[in-house]
Amino acid sequence: MQELIIIAITAALLSNVVLSQFLGICSFLGVSTKTDVAVGMGGAVVFVITVASAVAFGLYQILDMLGLQYLDTIVFILVIACLVQIVESFFKKFVPSLYKALGVYLPLITTNCAVLGVALTNVQNKYDFWQSVICGFGTAVGYLIAIVILAGIREKTANNDVPAPFKGSPIVMITACLMAIAFYGFANLAI
Amino acid sequence: MNNKHLDAIYNGIIRENPIFVLMLGMCPTLAVTTSAINGAGMGVSTTVVLILSNMLIAALRKIIPDGVRMPAYIVVVATFVTLVDFIMEAFTADLYGALGLYIPLIVVNCIILGRAEAYASKNTVTMSACDGIGMGIGFTIALIVIGLVREFLGAGTAFGITIYEASSIFEPIAIITKAPGAFLVLAMLAALQNKFKMKSATNGVNGGEEKGCASDCESCGGQCQ
Repeated sequence: MQELIIIAITAALLSNVVLSQFLGICSFLGVSTKTDVAVGMGGAVVFVITVASAVAFGLYQILDMLGLQYLDTIVFILVIACLVQIVESFFKKFVPSLYKALGVYLPLITTNCAVLGVALTNVQNKYDFWQSVICGFGTAVGYLIAIVILAGIREKTANNDVPAPFKGSPIVMITACLMAIAFYGFANLAI
Repeated sequence: MNNKHLDAIYNGIIRENPIFVLMLGMCPTLAVTTSAINGAGMGVSTTVVLILSNMLIAALRKIIPDGVRMPAYIVVVATFVTLVDFIMEAFTADLYGALGLYIPLIVVNCIILGRAEAYASKNTVTMSACDGIGMGIGFTIALIVIGLVREFLGAGTAFGITIYEASSIFEPIAIITKAPGAFLVLAMLAALQNKFKMKSATNGVNGGEEKGCASDCESCGGQCQ
Protein backbone atom coordinates (compact mmCIF):
# COMPACT_ATOMS: atom_id res chain seq x y z
CA MET A 1 0.00 0.00 0.00
CA GLN A 2 2.74 2.41 1.02
CA GLU A 3 4.58 1.60 -2.19
CA LEU A 4 1.51 2.49 -4.29
CA ILE A 5 1.18 5.87 -2.53
CA ILE A 6 4.86 6.59 -3.22
CA ILE A 7 4.39 5.70 -6.90
CA ALA A 8 1.38 8.01 -7.15
CA ILE A 9 3.12 10.97 -5.48
CA THR A 10 6.29 10.47 -7.50
CA ALA A 11 4.32 10.39 -10.75
CA ALA A 12 2.16 13.40 -9.90
CA LEU A 13 4.64 15.78 -8.27
CA LEU A 14 8.26 14.62 -8.25
CA SER A 15 8.51 13.82 -11.95
CA ASN A 16 5.56 15.83 -13.17
CA VAL A 17 4.64 14.67 -16.65
CA VAL A 18 4.49 18.14 -18.20
CA LEU A 19 6.91 20.22 -16.20
CA SER A 20 9.78 17.79 -15.84
CA GLN A 21 9.22 15.14 -18.51
CA PHE A 22 7.83 17.46 -21.24
CA LEU A 23 5.12 15.06 -22.36
CA GLY A 24 1.83 16.50 -23.59
CA ILE A 25 3.29 19.98 -24.11
CA CYS A 26 1.06 20.62 -27.16
CA SER A 27 -2.23 20.41 -25.29
CA PHE A 28 -0.66 21.94 -22.16
CA LEU A 29 0.13 25.15 -24.05
CA GLY A 30 -2.89 25.00 -26.38
CA VAL A 31 -5.87 24.11 -24.18
CA SER A 32 -4.99 26.27 -21.17
CA THR A 33 -6.67 29.58 -21.96
CA LYS A 34 -9.64 29.07 -19.58
CA THR A 35 -9.79 27.24 -16.26
CA ASP A 36 -13.02 25.32 -16.92
CA VAL A 37 -11.76 24.10 -20.29
CA ALA A 38 -8.48 23.07 -18.66
CA VAL A 39 -10.40 21.10 -16.01
CA GLY A 40 -12.34 19.33 -18.78
CA MET A 41 -9.19 18.44 -20.67
CA GLY A 42 -7.45 17.31 -17.47
CA GLY A 43 -10.44 15.15 -16.50
CA ALA A 44 -10.47 13.47 -19.91
CA VAL A 45 -6.73 12.83 -19.67
CA VAL A 46 -7.06 11.31 -16.17
CA PHE A 47 -9.73 8.94 -17.44
CA VAL A 48 -7.96 7.90 -20.66
CA ILE A 49 -4.48 7.46 -19.14
CA THR A 50 -5.80 5.36 -16.24
CA VAL A 51 -7.75 3.06 -18.59
CA ALA A 52 -4.90 2.96 -21.11
CA SER A 53 -2.38 1.93 -18.41
CA ALA A 54 -4.59 -0.99 -17.39
CA VAL A 55 -5.16 -2.10 -21.00
CA ALA A 56 -1.49 -1.67 -21.94
CA PHE A 57 -0.49 -3.84 -18.97
CA GLY A 58 -2.77 -6.68 -20.19
CA LEU A 59 -1.51 -6.35 -23.75
CA TYR A 60 2.12 -6.43 -22.70
CA GLN A 61 1.49 -9.70 -20.82
CA ILE A 62 0.19 -11.22 -24.08
CA LEU A 63 3.17 -9.86 -26.07
CA ASP A 64 5.51 -11.15 -23.37
CA MET A 65 3.94 -14.62 -23.56
CA LEU A 66 4.41 -14.71 -27.34
CA GLY A 67 7.96 -13.29 -27.12
CA LEU A 68 7.00 -10.22 -29.16
CA GLN A 69 8.04 -7.52 -26.65
CA TYR A 70 9.61 -5.45 -29.41
CA LEU A 71 6.18 -4.75 -30.89
CA ASP A 72 5.15 -2.74 -27.80
CA THR A 73 5.36 0.74 -29.39
CA ILE A 74 3.26 -0.24 -32.44
CA VAL A 75 0.67 -2.13 -30.40
CA PHE A 76 0.34 0.55 -27.72
CA ILE A 77 -0.16 3.47 -30.09
CA LEU A 78 -2.80 1.62 -32.12
CA VAL A 79 -4.62 0.43 -29.03
CA ILE A 80 -4.59 3.90 -27.50
CA ALA A 81 -6.06 5.36 -30.70
CA CYS A 82 -8.80 2.69 -30.75
CA LEU A 83 -9.38 3.02 -27.02
CA VAL A 84 -10.06 6.74 -27.32
CA GLN A 85 -12.60 6.02 -30.07
CA ILE A 86 -14.31 3.32 -27.97
CA VAL A 87 -14.41 5.54 -24.88
CA GLU A 88 -15.93 8.31 -26.98
CA SER A 89 -18.66 6.06 -28.44
CA PHE A 90 -19.34 4.53 -25.03
CA PHE A 91 -19.83 7.90 -23.38
CA LYS A 92 -21.98 9.14 -26.25
CA LYS A 93 -24.33 6.19 -25.85
CA PHE A 94 -24.45 5.58 -22.10
CA VAL A 95 -23.24 8.69 -20.26
CA PRO A 96 -24.34 11.61 -22.47
CA SER A 97 -23.76 14.18 -19.73
CA LEU A 98 -20.12 13.17 -19.35
CA TYR A 99 -19.78 13.01 -23.14
CA LYS A 100 -20.93 16.60 -23.39
CA ALA A 101 -18.40 17.65 -20.78
CA LEU A 102 -15.42 15.74 -22.20
CA GLY A 103 -16.51 15.14 -25.80
CA VAL A 104 -14.43 17.71 -27.62
CA TYR A 105 -11.25 16.85 -25.75
CA LEU A 106 -11.30 13.09 -26.21
CA PRO A 107 -10.06 12.96 -29.84
CA LEU A 108 -7.24 15.35 -28.96
CA ILE A 109 -5.86 12.87 -26.44
CA THR A 110 -4.76 10.31 -29.05
CA THR A 111 -1.89 12.55 -30.04
CA ASN A 112 -1.05 13.39 -26.44
CA CYS A 113 2.34 11.77 -25.99
CA ALA A 114 1.75 11.45 -22.24
CA VAL A 115 -0.55 8.46 -22.82
CA LEU A 116 2.03 6.48 -24.79
CA GLY A 117 4.76 7.75 -22.46
CA VAL A 118 3.08 6.32 -19.35
CA ALA A 119 2.40 2.97 -21.03
CA LEU A 120 6.07 2.66 -22.03
CA THR A 121 7.33 3.84 -18.61
CA ASN A 122 5.22 1.17 -16.90
CA VAL A 123 6.78 -1.51 -19.08
CA GLN A 124 10.30 -0.18 -18.51
CA ASN A 125 9.84 -0.14 -14.74
CA LYS A 126 8.32 -3.66 -14.80
CA TYR A 127 5.28 -2.54 -12.78
CA ASP A 128 2.56 -5.04 -11.89
CA PHE A 129 -1.12 -4.36 -12.63
CA TRP A 130 -1.97 -2.08 -9.70
CA GLN A 131 1.35 -0.27 -9.86
CA SER A 132 0.71 0.45 -13.57
CA VAL A 133 -2.79 1.76 -12.93
CA ILE A 134 -1.69 3.91 -9.98
CA CYS A 135 1.32 5.26 -11.92
CA GLY A 136 -0.99 6.15 -14.83
CA PHE A 137 -3.49 7.79 -12.51
CA GLY A 138 -0.80 9.74 -10.65
CA THR A 139 0.78 10.95 -13.89
CA ALA A 140 -2.58 12.12 -15.20
CA VAL A 141 -3.37 13.92 -11.94
CA GLY A 142 0.00 15.67 -12.31
CA TYR A 143 -1.08 16.77 -15.79
CA LEU A 144 -4.43 17.99 -14.39
CA ILE A 145 -2.71 20.00 -11.64
CA ALA A 146 -0.24 21.58 -14.07
CA ILE A 147 -2.77 22.54 -16.76
CA VAL A 148 -5.30 23.97 -14.26
CA ILE A 149 -2.64 26.09 -12.54
CA LEU A 150 -1.35 27.35 -15.90
CA ALA A 151 -4.89 28.20 -17.05
CA GLY A 152 -5.50 30.08 -13.80
CA ILE A 153 -2.33 32.14 -14.27
CA ARG A 154 -3.09 32.77 -17.95
CA GLU A 155 -6.54 34.15 -17.06
CA LYS A 156 -4.75 36.69 -14.84
CA THR A 157 -1.95 37.56 -17.28
CA ALA A 158 -4.38 37.94 -20.21
CA ASN A 159 -5.26 41.47 -19.08
CA ASN A 160 -1.79 42.43 -17.92
CA ASP A 161 0.58 44.78 -19.65
CA VAL A 162 3.03 42.28 -21.09
CA PRO A 163 6.03 43.67 -23.04
CA ALA A 164 5.14 43.52 -26.74
CA PRO A 165 7.59 40.82 -27.90
CA PHE A 166 6.45 38.54 -25.07
CA LYS A 167 2.75 38.65 -25.98
CA GLY A 168 1.27 35.31 -26.94
CA SER A 169 3.25 32.13 -26.50
CA PRO A 170 6.49 33.57 -24.97
CA ILE A 171 4.74 34.73 -21.79
CA VAL A 172 2.99 31.35 -21.52
CA MET A 173 6.35 29.61 -21.70
CA ILE A 174 7.83 32.01 -19.11
CA THR A 175 4.89 31.10 -16.85
CA ALA A 176 5.55 27.40 -17.48
CA CYS A 177 9.22 28.01 -16.67
CA LEU A 178 8.36 29.55 -13.28
CA MET A 179 5.96 26.67 -12.57
CA ALA A 180 8.70 24.20 -13.50
CA ILE A 181 11.05 25.88 -11.01
CA ALA A 182 8.38 25.50 -8.31
CA PHE A 183 7.83 21.83 -9.17
CA TYR A 184 11.60 21.33 -9.27
CA GLY A 185 11.47 21.92 -5.54
CA PHE A 186 9.45 18.72 -5.08
CA ALA A 187 12.49 16.78 -6.25
CA ASN A 188 13.98 17.36 -2.81
CA LEU A 189 11.12 15.53 -1.12
CA ALA A 190 12.91 12.56 0.41
CA ILE A 191 10.68 9.59 -0.36
CA MET B 1 18.33 16.42 -58.52
CA ASN B 2 16.85 19.44 -60.22
CA ASN B 3 15.58 22.76 -58.89
CA LYS B 4 12.26 21.31 -57.74
CA HIS B 5 13.97 18.85 -55.42
CA LEU B 6 16.47 21.36 -54.06
CA ASP B 7 13.60 23.76 -53.45
CA ALA B 8 11.74 21.15 -51.35
CA ILE B 9 14.88 20.62 -49.24
CA TYR B 10 15.53 24.37 -48.86
CA ASN B 11 11.89 24.84 -47.91
CA GLY B 12 12.21 22.46 -44.96
CA ILE B 13 15.49 23.88 -43.71
CA ILE B 14 14.77 27.62 -43.97
CA ARG B 15 11.35 28.71 -45.11
CA GLU B 16 9.28 26.22 -43.12
CA ASN B 17 11.76 25.16 -40.47
CA PRO B 18 9.68 22.79 -38.30
CA ILE B 19 10.77 24.30 -34.99
CA PHE B 20 11.58 27.96 -35.63
CA VAL B 21 8.73 28.59 -38.09
CA LEU B 22 6.08 25.86 -37.85
CA MET B 23 6.52 25.26 -34.09
CA LEU B 24 5.90 21.52 -34.50
CA GLY B 25 7.27 18.79 -32.25
CA MET B 26 7.80 20.85 -29.11
CA CYS B 27 7.91 17.85 -26.74
CA PRO B 28 11.25 16.40 -27.93
CA THR B 29 12.55 19.94 -28.52
CA LEU B 30 12.13 20.82 -24.86
CA ALA B 31 13.10 17.44 -23.48
CA VAL B 32 16.30 16.37 -25.24
CA THR B 33 18.09 19.68 -25.86
CA THR B 34 20.02 19.48 -22.59
CA SER B 35 23.18 19.24 -24.71
CA ALA B 36 24.10 19.68 -28.36
CA ILE B 37 25.01 15.99 -28.73
CA ASN B 38 21.62 14.83 -27.43
CA GLY B 39 19.89 17.29 -29.74
CA ALA B 40 21.88 16.01 -32.71
CA GLY B 41 21.08 12.37 -31.84
CA MET B 42 17.38 13.09 -31.57
CA GLY B 43 17.45 15.15 -34.78
CA VAL B 44 19.20 12.46 -36.81
CA SER B 45 16.95 9.63 -35.60
CA THR B 46 13.83 11.70 -36.29
CA THR B 47 15.21 12.56 -39.76
CA VAL B 48 15.71 8.89 -40.61
CA VAL B 49 12.16 8.03 -39.55
CA LEU B 50 10.79 11.08 -41.37
CA ILE B 51 12.48 10.28 -44.70
CA LEU B 52 11.58 6.58 -44.64
CA SER B 53 7.96 7.08 -43.58
CA ASN B 54 7.48 9.93 -46.07
CA MET B 55 8.74 7.68 -48.88
CA LEU B 56 6.62 4.68 -47.93
CA ILE B 57 3.48 6.75 -47.39
CA ALA B 58 4.02 8.50 -50.73
CA ALA B 59 4.46 5.11 -52.42
CA LEU B 60 1.25 3.81 -50.85
CA ARG B 61 -0.75 7.01 -51.22
CA LYS B 62 -3.06 5.61 -53.93
CA ILE B 63 -3.63 2.30 -52.11
CA ILE B 64 -4.44 3.51 -48.58
CA PRO B 65 -8.21 4.19 -48.34
CA ASP B 66 -9.02 7.71 -47.18
CA GLY B 67 -11.08 6.60 -44.18
CA VAL B 68 -8.29 4.67 -42.47
CA ARG B 69 -5.32 6.77 -43.53
CA MET B 70 -4.41 8.00 -40.01
CA PRO B 71 -4.14 4.49 -38.47
CA ALA B 72 -2.23 3.38 -41.59
CA TYR B 73 0.24 6.28 -41.23
CA ILE B 74 0.68 5.52 -37.53
CA VAL B 75 1.54 1.86 -38.30
CA VAL B 76 4.10 2.93 -40.92
CA VAL B 77 5.72 5.48 -38.59
CA ALA B 78 5.70 3.12 -35.59
CA THR B 79 7.41 0.40 -37.66
CA PHE B 80 10.29 2.68 -38.63
CA VAL B 81 10.56 4.02 -35.08
CA THR B 82 10.92 0.47 -33.78
CA LEU B 83 13.70 -0.16 -36.31
CA VAL B 84 15.54 3.03 -35.34
CA ASP B 85 15.08 2.12 -31.67
CA PHE B 86 16.81 -1.24 -32.24
CA ILE B 87 19.64 0.24 -34.29
CA MET B 88 20.35 2.91 -31.67
CA GLU B 89 20.23 0.41 -28.82
CA ALA B 90 22.79 -1.74 -30.65
CA PHE B 91 25.24 0.85 -31.94
CA THR B 92 24.92 4.05 -29.86
CA ALA B 93 24.31 2.75 -26.35
CA ASP B 94 25.28 5.99 -24.54
CA LEU B 95 23.04 8.19 -26.65
CA TYR B 96 20.25 5.62 -26.37
CA GLY B 97 20.52 5.81 -22.59
CA ALA B 98 20.42 9.62 -22.61
CA LEU B 99 17.41 9.87 -24.95
CA GLY B 100 15.61 6.90 -23.37
CA LEU B 101 11.84 7.17 -23.57
CA TYR B 102 11.93 9.88 -26.22
CA ILE B 103 13.07 7.45 -28.95
CA PRO B 104 9.83 5.39 -29.00
CA LEU B 105 7.93 8.66 -28.55
CA ILE B 106 9.09 9.78 -32.03
CA VAL B 107 5.87 7.97 -33.08
CA VAL B 108 3.75 10.79 -31.69
CA ASN B 109 6.02 13.58 -32.97
CA CYS B 110 3.67 15.94 -34.81
CA ILE B 111 6.29 16.72 -37.50
CA ILE B 112 6.17 13.18 -38.88
CA LEU B 113 2.40 12.70 -38.97
CA GLY B 114 2.00 16.33 -40.03
CA ARG B 115 4.30 15.92 -43.05
CA ALA B 116 2.68 12.57 -43.92
CA GLU B 117 -0.74 14.19 -43.99
CA ALA B 118 0.22 17.53 -45.51
CA TYR B 119 2.89 16.48 -48.02
CA ALA B 120 3.62 12.77 -48.54
CA SER B 121 -0.04 11.86 -49.14
CA LYS B 122 -0.17 14.23 -52.13
CA ASN B 123 3.30 14.05 -53.70
CA THR B 124 5.60 11.59 -55.47
CA VAL B 125 8.12 9.38 -53.68
CA THR B 126 11.21 11.43 -54.67
CA MET B 127 9.59 14.76 -53.78
CA SER B 128 8.44 13.33 -50.41
CA ALA B 129 11.96 12.04 -49.75
CA CYS B 130 13.36 15.54 -50.45
CA ASP B 131 10.72 17.05 -48.16
CA GLY B 132 11.73 14.54 -45.46
CA ILE B 133 15.42 15.39 -45.90
CA GLY B 134 14.74 19.14 -45.72
CA MET B 135 12.41 18.96 -42.73
CA GLY B 136 14.74 16.53 -40.97
CA ILE B 137 17.81 18.70 -41.47
CA GLY B 138 15.85 21.78 -40.37
CA PHE B 139 14.72 19.95 -37.23
CA THR B 140 18.25 18.67 -36.51
CA ILE B 141 19.84 22.12 -36.93
CA ALA B 142 17.24 23.68 -34.64
CA LEU B 143 17.79 21.03 -31.95
CA ILE B 144 21.58 21.41 -32.16
CA VAL B 145 21.34 25.21 -31.90
CA ILE B 146 19.00 25.10 -28.89
CA GLY B 147 21.09 22.34 -27.31
CA LEU B 148 24.26 24.35 -27.86
CA VAL B 149 22.78 27.45 -26.21
CA ARG B 150 21.57 25.46 -23.21
CA GLU B 151 24.81 23.51 -22.88
CA PHE B 152 26.94 26.67 -23.18
CA LEU B 153 24.97 28.69 -20.64
CA GLY B 154 24.17 25.80 -18.30
CA ALA B 155 27.36 23.78 -18.19
CA GLY B 156 30.01 25.91 -19.92
CA THR B 157 30.63 23.27 -22.58
CA ALA B 158 29.95 22.81 -26.29
CA PHE B 159 29.59 19.27 -27.70
CA GLY B 160 31.04 18.06 -24.41
CA ILE B 161 34.22 20.20 -24.67
CA THR B 162 34.76 22.65 -21.83
CA ILE B 163 34.68 26.26 -23.06
CA TYR B 164 34.91 28.13 -19.78
CA GLU B 165 35.30 27.16 -16.13
CA ALA B 166 33.22 28.52 -13.30
CA SER B 167 34.92 31.73 -12.14
CA SER B 168 34.11 34.71 -9.96
CA ILE B 169 32.92 36.63 -13.03
CA PHE B 170 30.60 34.11 -14.59
CA GLU B 171 29.38 30.76 -13.42
CA PRO B 172 27.39 28.28 -15.52
CA ILE B 173 23.66 28.71 -14.80
CA ALA B 174 22.91 25.11 -13.91
CA ILE B 175 19.12 25.51 -14.15
CA ILE B 176 19.34 26.17 -17.90
CA THR B 177 20.13 22.50 -18.51
CA LYS B 178 17.35 21.44 -16.14
CA ALA B 179 13.64 21.36 -16.95
CA PRO B 180 12.79 25.05 -16.29
CA GLY B 181 15.62 26.20 -18.54
CA ALA B 182 14.00 24.49 -21.52
CA PHE B 183 10.89 26.63 -21.20
CA LEU B 184 12.98 29.75 -20.61
CA VAL B 185 15.19 29.29 -23.69
CA LEU B 186 12.17 28.54 -25.92
CA ALA B 187 10.33 31.58 -24.51
CA MET B 188 13.31 33.83 -25.29
CA LEU B 189 13.55 32.37 -28.78
CA ALA B 190 9.86 33.00 -29.50
CA ALA B 191 10.14 36.51 -28.03
CA LEU B 192 13.12 37.29 -30.29
CA GLN B 193 11.16 36.10 -33.30
CA ASN B 194 8.27 38.36 -32.31
CA LYS B 195 10.62 41.27 -31.74
CA PHE B 196 12.17 41.04 -35.19
CA LYS B 197 8.82 40.17 -36.79
CA MET B 198 10.18 36.94 -38.19
CA LYS B 199 7.70 34.56 -39.73
CA SER B 200 6.62 32.08 -37.09
CA ALA B 201 3.51 30.21 -36.02
CA THR B 202 3.63 32.17 -32.77
CA ASN B 203 3.43 35.56 -34.47
CA GLY B 204 0.21 37.35 -35.33
CA VAL B 205 -2.56 39.32 -33.72
CA ASN B 206 -3.69 36.63 -31.27
CA GLY B 207 -0.16 35.56 -30.60
CA GLY B 208 -1.00 32.88 -33.16
CA GLU B 209 -2.44 30.66 -30.47
CA GLU B 210 -4.99 29.16 -32.82
CA LYS B 211 -2.19 28.08 -35.08
CA GLY B 212 0.87 25.94 -34.89
CA CYS B 213 1.60 23.29 -32.36
CA ALA B 214 0.76 25.67 -29.56
CA SER B 215 -2.69 24.23 -30.17
CA ASP B 216 -3.05 20.48 -30.45
CA CYS B 217 -1.12 18.48 -33.02
CA GLU B 218 -4.19 16.74 -34.35
CA SER B 219 -6.15 19.90 -35.01
CA CYS B 220 -2.97 21.19 -36.65
CA GLY B 221 -1.89 18.16 -38.66
CA GLY B 222 0.79 20.25 -40.37
CA GLN B 223 -1.87 22.52 -41.83
CA CYS B 224 -0.59 25.52 -39.94
CA GLN B 225 1.76 26.64 -42.69
